[in-house]
Amino acid sequence: MNKKLSLILRWAFLIIVLVAIYLPIALIVVYSFSAEKNIGSENGFGEFTFSLYSQLFQNSQLMEATLNTLIIGVVSALLATFIGTFTAVGLYYMRKGKKTVNFISQITVVNAEIVTAVGFFLLSIFIRDVLSIPLNKGIGWLIVAHTVLTTPYVILSVGPRLNQLNPNLYEAGLDLGAGPMRSLFTVVMPQLISSMISGFALAFTLSLDDFVVTNLNKGTGGVNTISTFVYANLKRNLDPSIRALSTIIFVIVLAVLIVFNIVKNKKQKAAQVG
Amino acid sequence: MREPRVLDKIIEVKNVTKVFDDTTVIDELNLSIRRGQFITLLGPSGCGKTTLLRMIAGFVAPTSGNIYIEGQDVTTIPPYKRPVNTVFQKYALFPHLNVFKNVAFGLKLKKVPCGEKLNSKGEKVEQFRKFTKEEIEQKVNRALRLVGLEDYGHRDVNSLSGGQQQRVAIARAIVCEPKVLLLDEPLGALDLKMRKEMQIELTKMHRELGITFIYVTHDQEEALTMSNVVVVLNDGLIQQIGTPKQVYDEPANAFVADFIGESNIISGTMIKDFSVKFLDTVFVCEDKGFAKNERVDLVIRPEDIDVFPENSEQGQLTGTVLSAVFKGTYYEMEIEANGYEFTVQSTTEARPGQKVKLLIKPNGIHIMKKLRTVNEFVGEVSGENTVDFCGGSFEIPTTLEKGTPVKVYVPFDAVELTDDEEDGEIGANVTHVLYKGSYYQVQIYTDTDEDFYIDTTDEWDIDDRVGVKINKSKIRLEVIAHEEESDEN
Amino acid sequence: MKIKKLLKRGNDFRPTFFAFPYVLICIIFVVLPLVLVLVYAFMDDGGGFTLTNFVEVFTKDNLLLLLKTLGIAALTTVLCLLIAYPTALILASKPFNRYVILALMFIIPMWMNFVLRIIALRSLLYMIGVDYGFAATIIGMVYDFLPFMLLPIYNVLMEMDKSYMEAATDLGANSFLTFFKVTLPLSLKGIISGITMVFMPVFSAYAITGMLGDTNTTIIGGKINGLFEMTSTWGVGSAMSFVLLILVFLTMLLGNVFSGKGDNKPLAKGGANE
Repeated sequence: MNKKLSLILRWAFLIIVLVAIYLPIALIVVYSFSAEKNIGSENGFGEFTFSLYSQLFQNSQLMEATLNTLIIGVVSALLATFIGTFTAVGLYYMRKGKKTVNFISQITVVNAEIVTAVGFFLLSIFIRDVLSIPLNKGIGWLIVAHTVLTTPYVILSVGPRLNQLNPNLYEAGLDLGAGPMRSLFTVVMPQLISSMISGFALAFTLSLDDFVVTNLNKGTGGVNTISTFVYANLKRNLDPSIRALSTIIFVIVLAVLIVFNIVKNKKQKAAQVG
Repeated sequence: MREPRVLDKIIEVKNVTKVFDDTTVIDELNLSIRRGQFITLLGPSGCGKTTLLRMIAGFVAPTSGNIYIEGQDVTTIPPYKRPVNTVFQKYALFPHLNVFKNVAFGLKLKKVPCGEKLNSKGEKVEQFRKFTKEEIEQKVNRALRLVGLEDYGHRDVNSLSGGQQQRVAIARAIVCEPKVLLLDEPLGALDLKMRKEMQIELTKMHRELGITFIYVTHDQEEALTMSNVVVVLNDGLIQQIGTPKQVYDEPANAFVADFIGESNIISGTMIKDFSVKFLDTVFVCEDKGFAKNERVDLVIRPEDIDVFPENSEQGQLTGTVLSAVFKGTYYEMEIEANGYEFTVQSTTEARPGQKVKLLIKPNGIHIMKKLRTVNEFVGEVSGENTVDFCGGSFEIPTTLEKGTPVKVYVPFDAVELTDDEEDGEIGANVTHVLYKGSYYQVQIYTDTDEDFYIDTTDEWDIDDRVGVKINKSKIRLEVIAHEEESDEN
Repeated sequence: MKIKKLLKRGNDFRPTFFAFPYVLICIIFVVLPLVLVLVYAFMDDGGGFTLTNFVEVFTKDNLLLLLKTLGIAALTTVLCLLIAYPTALILASKPFNRYVILALMFIIPMWMNFVLRIIALRSLLYMIGVDYGFAATIIGMVYDFLPFMLLPIYNVLMEMDKSYMEAATDLGANSFLTFFKVTLPLSLKGIISGITMVFMPVFSAYAITGMLGDTNTTIIGGKINGLFEMTSTWGVGSAMSFVLLILVFLTMLLGNVFSGKGDNKPLAKGGANE
């Protein structure tokens, strides 16, 4: 009896927390099918409609911000994945200086984001004013910033996998006549694919989620990501079609995670059978 | 050995030293390897054998010295441009490729000369081409047939047994037709039966391919059965080079004798040529050319001792059988005589407790120079009657001035080891233990990277942490003249 | 030729050079920005050395702001811990530990853009009548950072060798005692990791206070960001960033000291990053 009670209590706790987590999201998802400007106004839900979705695709600024977010996310995550993988391999073989490089790369991870943002801001000023190199803050600069910001996470993702590999693999490539680059690409990297993918996923989500660094480094040219656009338009009139965008993003996240887990389970099962 | 002709040398290692983080792994090593040999680098772990192999392969660069392959200096040539291939300890097969693709990996990269062509300046330039698909297929299949895996081409390498993976690794290396095949303890991960099989197959392959094999192992039996030449290494130094028979029958020193085969190692004194005294008995031997009364080590193989009944006329020593085990064709016995415990293999049966006579014929006694007769260190007088060396401060009566550099001589029997590190003046780790009959010769390694040799009746285990106490009255000091200072190291 | 030889002499064929591009990136984009923060913090308009920036930083108002930020960060951290620890404990206990998907449900929102998530929460709070201000800010902070506290604690508890707890029960400890004497000390590393992933990031989370707070809930991250939106106040902003940087290192040091204490061998992998 006592045991059963404990189980019920524990379930209850989990459910309360889950409800708290998902209630806001559920609200947005439900109201993405309502044309009401404000949630919780006296008008209530109004009638069921897809109008916010069509409105979303007509909001060119929001669409542009979404596109920017995706471009910055994909390009910086790709760069971070490659640089991070290369670095992880290099660090794996490094004897001296490994600790120093690891320490410096961890600075970006532990530092307050606002300080990192300020650092990038001042660096752009330094490049423009002191080095006199014309620098247009915008998508390019944000890609650079996001790449630097997310590369350490790729290193953290790929490094442990490298430690599990046969230490002679890279040497076997060299031994059979492949140069350093070819050995890295044809021998070592194929073993790292799954950790590179999770590194990429991590870098991509971190880039999508970033606000602080982007906000201070997007320049005055009107380049916005979803985060900065929504934040900037909060005080003015925020387009209710943002609810449609949130719903779409949530559904995509959910779908990706479900597919990812199914593939993972299948792989594990296949490994158990084979 | 006959001096090999210059052309015969396929690999030459000249004055090679390798230092890793202040530890000398290979020390001024010289080695010539003749074409077509099956040469084994044999030694305990950490002796530098794998480092030497990896230097020949090109993964490790010598700190100083040079390596030549077919007369060409390859010291700074990267691994992928050297005409050698390696079979790695844990195979290092490419997990994402099947057996065929693993073996074909090197061939796909290889370029072969295909005649000459005139370039724009009218000079003759050698042309290269890649192997065709058919050629690759043919070569891979031939290599797989050679290792007995002709039907395994499509198989996933992860699905193979250890022995099969080993064969793929060998096929992958030999398919590139290297001038030298390097094998780094390739059978280490296999079980005993598989290992024996592979030993035979490797010898067969060596004969069929006719290329040079350099084989690294710590297994003396493997070295003796497979190779033409054995190179025994310890502490980065070559202890002996010879045929398996030579290193077994005529070990150059106590280390080789102890490492290869079972042996009785005893300290003795050369009285004169052909006469050696040990265990208070004078024996006739076949060795000469030592100084009068020179202290030597001598080795007697267990099968070179004959056992006779107590009342027999034969035999120089009388002993008591401590234990006897029948091993099929002979008895292995522990027999104590004059305070030394002999290991004896004999067809004569004797029971424990029984008194027997032991006969050691002159050709059964192998005399070896002592590796070192006294510990020698560089130290400094650090105060009134104190001398610093090996990271410790020792009270030694001396009239020398503070700061004087000195050589410190510590006899083997002047050192006492203690269980508790705190009880000694300095701490050290036991690295080597050699039983010399009535006592053990223990080698320890101090925290300041110095070797100590100690004669002791206590038994210690390798890796024991010990304290070192020194009997001060036996220490001898010698002032180092300044110009000699650089002599050490 | 000779130089080339000298360079190669004694260098083993270890492909450490794969890490070199990243070392360069670190120098330019991690170390240099921090140096620039330092330079701007101590530089006056004419380029000379000055301490006036720091005098402006340590005004009564700013110290109050710092104190308030510390308070918000501490409160957020404590609340996150109070919710996340029992949740993780339940998720890692039988029979819940069999369902990784259940744990995944608690961190799915982490993959969604946080600005959109806070907007959703804002709608909910508006609907149920919670005014924007201190309480709403704290709710928003906890809502955003909860997964970052949950994940490391959950990982540590899942990896924990259950035999410790069994041994403790076996030795006669009741479940209360087992928890305080065994489970809690062993999970300390995850707690520390969670705290570092919540406490300092709150300093930069001015987007949340901007969306849910009022004029009284400004935090230091927002203040610094604001200082860089005007050209004249970069020096003060840099000095304030510098102070924050010192704070980051102090908390890092503190975290290391504490996690050093809780460094029990079986948990070497605990406190996973992300």
